Amino acid sequence: MPVARTATAGADSTSLAILVRLRNNGVYVALALLVLFNLFFTTNFATAGTILGLLSQATFVLLVALGLTLVIGTGGIDLSVGAIMAIASAVIPLYLGYTWPVAVLVALIFCVLAGMLNGFLVAYVGMQPIVATLALFVGGRGFAQVLVNGQLQTISDPGFLALWRATVFGVPMPVVIAAVVAVLVGLLVGRTTFGRYVLAVGGNRTASYLSGHPVRIVLVAVYAISGLLAGLAGTLATARLAAGDPATIGLLIELDAIAAVVIGGTPLSGGRMNVGGTVAGAILMLVISATFVMNNINPIYAQMLKAAIIVLAVYIQQGRRES
Amino acid sequence: MSEQDYILEVRGVTKRFPGVLALDDVSFGLGTGEVHALVGENGAGKSTLIKVVTGVHRPDEGEIFFAGERVSFASPREAQEAGISTIYQDTNMVPLRSVAQNIFLGREPRNRFGLTDTARMKREAEELLGRYGIEADVTVPVRSLGVGVQQMVAVAKAVSLDARGVIMDEPTSSLEAREVETLFGVIRQLREEGVGVLYVSHRLEELYEICERVTVMRDGKVVHTGDLEELPRLQLIAAMLGREAPEVEERISSSTAREHVTGELILEARGLTAHHAPRDVSLEVHAGEVVGLSGLLGSGRTETVKAVFGARHLESGTVSVEGEEVDPGSPSEAIKSGLAFVPEDRKAEGIIAELSVRENIVAAALPRLSHGGFVSRKEQDRLVERFMDRLGIKASSPDQPVGELSGGNQQKVMLARWLCMGPKVLILDEPTQGIDVGAKAEVQRLISELADDGLGVVMIDSEPEEIVEGSDRVVVLRDGGVVGTLSGGELTEENLVHMIAGSGDSEPKEDGGDASG
Repeated sequence: MPVARTATAGADSTSLAILVRLRNNGVYVALALLVLFNLFFTTNFATAGTILGLLSQATFVLLVALGLTLVIGTGGIDLSVGAIMAIASAVIPLYLGYTWPVAVLVALIFCVLAGMLNGFLVAYVGMQPIVATLALFVGGRGFAQVLVNGQLQTISDPGFLALWRATVFGVPMPVVIAAVVAVLVGLLVGRTTFGRYVLAVGGNRTASYLSGHPVRIVLVAVYAISGLLAGLAGTLATARLAAGDPATIGLLIELDAIAAVVIGGTPLSGGRMNVGGTVAGAILMLVISATFVMNNINPIYAQMLKAAIIVLAVYIQQGRRES
Repeated sequence: MSEQDYILEVRGVTKRFPGVLALDDVSFGLGTGEVHALVGENGAGKSTLIKVVTGVHRPDEGEIFFAGERVSFASPREAQEAGISTIYQDTNMVPLRSVAQNIFLGREPRNRFGLTDTARMKREAEELLGRYGIEADVTVPVRSLGVGVQQMVAVAKAVSLDARGVIMDEPTSSLEAREVETLFGVIRQLREEGVGVLYVSHRLEELYEICERVTVMRDGKVVHTGDLEELPRLQLIAAMLGREAPEVEERISSSTAREHVTGELILEARGLTAHHAPRDVSLEVHAGEVVGLSGLLGSGRTETVKAVFGARHLESGTVSVEGEEVDPGSPSEAIKSGLAFVPEDRKAEGIIAELSVRENIVAAALPRLSHGGFVSRKEQDRLVERFMDRLGIKASSPDQPVGELSGGNQQKVMLARWLCMGPKVLILDEPTQGIDVGAKAEVQRLISELADDGLGVVMIDSEPEEIVEGSDRVVVLRDGGVVGTLSGGELTEENLVHMIAGSGDSEPKEDGGDASG
């Protein structure tokens, strides 16, 4: 640490201030620039249909990333979110016979329990988060496929499918749901006692414990919320596909979601959360892909750009810590 | 001892860290076939000296000689290859690999195919352990052994590297009495083989049992080197703490103890016992009373206060506040009962560096400030403003990250965190450590004022002078247990130092009988 400090000690304060501002708002700047670029250069981008469609597609990563923001805020990580989406997708068709709200409720309960299992392993057993959630990452999707014998379960229940297809004042239902969840998570982080506990646990777990905070309960809760939001994402993905397909739903989503959180300004070291940044980060990830697709450029390049943005985001965050 | 006999010699070494002079013109020699004690309180420079000698740090000035040649190790590995082995408190072994694999890590015997010769490795490991009377199965993972045996294996490994100088940093801190004996057997054998052993320990009895010479460090300087026999225990401690023994005696009763008005009994701890420490410790604190907790490092001071605060798992014992028993093993229960705890290691256990001054102040009060799960901003800001003002916390704004503040201001934030709870008992572990003189005086005055207002205070302080001046009563700990209590006229620095040293009572192996006089 002393080395890092002396290295930046000479940096001039205005460039530091710019760096700090860039760190806090960089993701919005990047998103705005990319959207501007598309408005001018990408044909058919500036239509309500395109933009709402993009937002709808962004909801999966967004919902998962919101839950991950809390987990990462405690200094943890949740690799199992994709597998939990698969569990939701497998459970829903099994219970549709009891009306679709029951099916969704049962699926979400499964997902919360899966999240609580992660939290229990981290908080009570003392496993490292990456290891604890790796278990479910590997086993969860397997479990989901066993539930449906590895088969695709098509769904025709109109009430359930409306979760994806319905609109509210012209806005697609998934976008409405994601927006509501984002606001709720924002309130949770910014206004509630629970949000403060999360930051304290992530900032210094021992200090938090010695201040009388319910550290273990907080940890179990953040993984449970992460499971719940992944389950919600899995539900929407299932509605969109009109089928329960645990083999593909949520596959590798954890990578984009973690990237969205980090780009949004929530450091992996914990103790800091930026919900607005996560929202922008999730949308940014999708707009990058869309920009390449809509301009007929090989999406492989989009992946390379995402990688560059992740590295840049983390670099800027480190710049802040050393100052 | 003539200079030719030194296996390891340090001449005029100075080492600076930003803002700290860690080693100040230190000279020191470790003879062949001698066991040399290195002592000093925390921050005296022992660890830095070891790190400079073993190539972890480079000295800013001065020279190091090993086996008569000037050396300049660039890394611990170089030092090890040259023949200096270091055994740290936490043995640096690979937990999941076998004992034999650990002993030969990085220098495994090879067979003619260039592969590890497991049979030979096992045989040689067994021979090595057998030579020093260490009983362990060399094929099991190191992790499955007891900490004591692990330590012994680490020693054996160090020896097997043909070390001519061995540095042991608190080697017995996790050993049982029987294991200590085995370790001493190993050390005696090393001595006979002509190896120089530098032995760092806070357990003074051990030093007198195994070491011939001693070097005392304080504030980065060597303050004494000589034969241990000629330095009785009291003088050794006086040297460590920076008090000349005669000076200590002159100060008798000159230090003014606090004017002390004892109120009702608020905190009562009975027979607190936990793993290692505390051992059957009982404490009483009355309203308006400052109870000092004293003893050398490793005497169980911190463990005792953590046990009181519910942050240490108790094997037996109870804590009561105003007659009501506190649910054990939970800081949040202790806080609800009216206890508050400022830990010793501010960075690791106290402040949450990335969070703001505001968040740090209200950390403990959060449950109280929340209504239906939401934090009341208004109440919070009022609290923060009041306590920043009352304690004179200097920060650019309540939003400033607490990690950016000076040590003294961080400590005030810690005090504010607890004072805003309106506690009944305040437990302070080294409250003036690492803060500058001005802030120190402020903190001490504040503690005194709080006690005058009827708060019960438990305070750990390594400085005998500070604890005598600041406390009404001092409880002295050694090896996790209470050895005595001083109060009133008996509470003087001299008596305290005597009691910490344990001179005069139940110490059959006392060297230099004059210490007990």
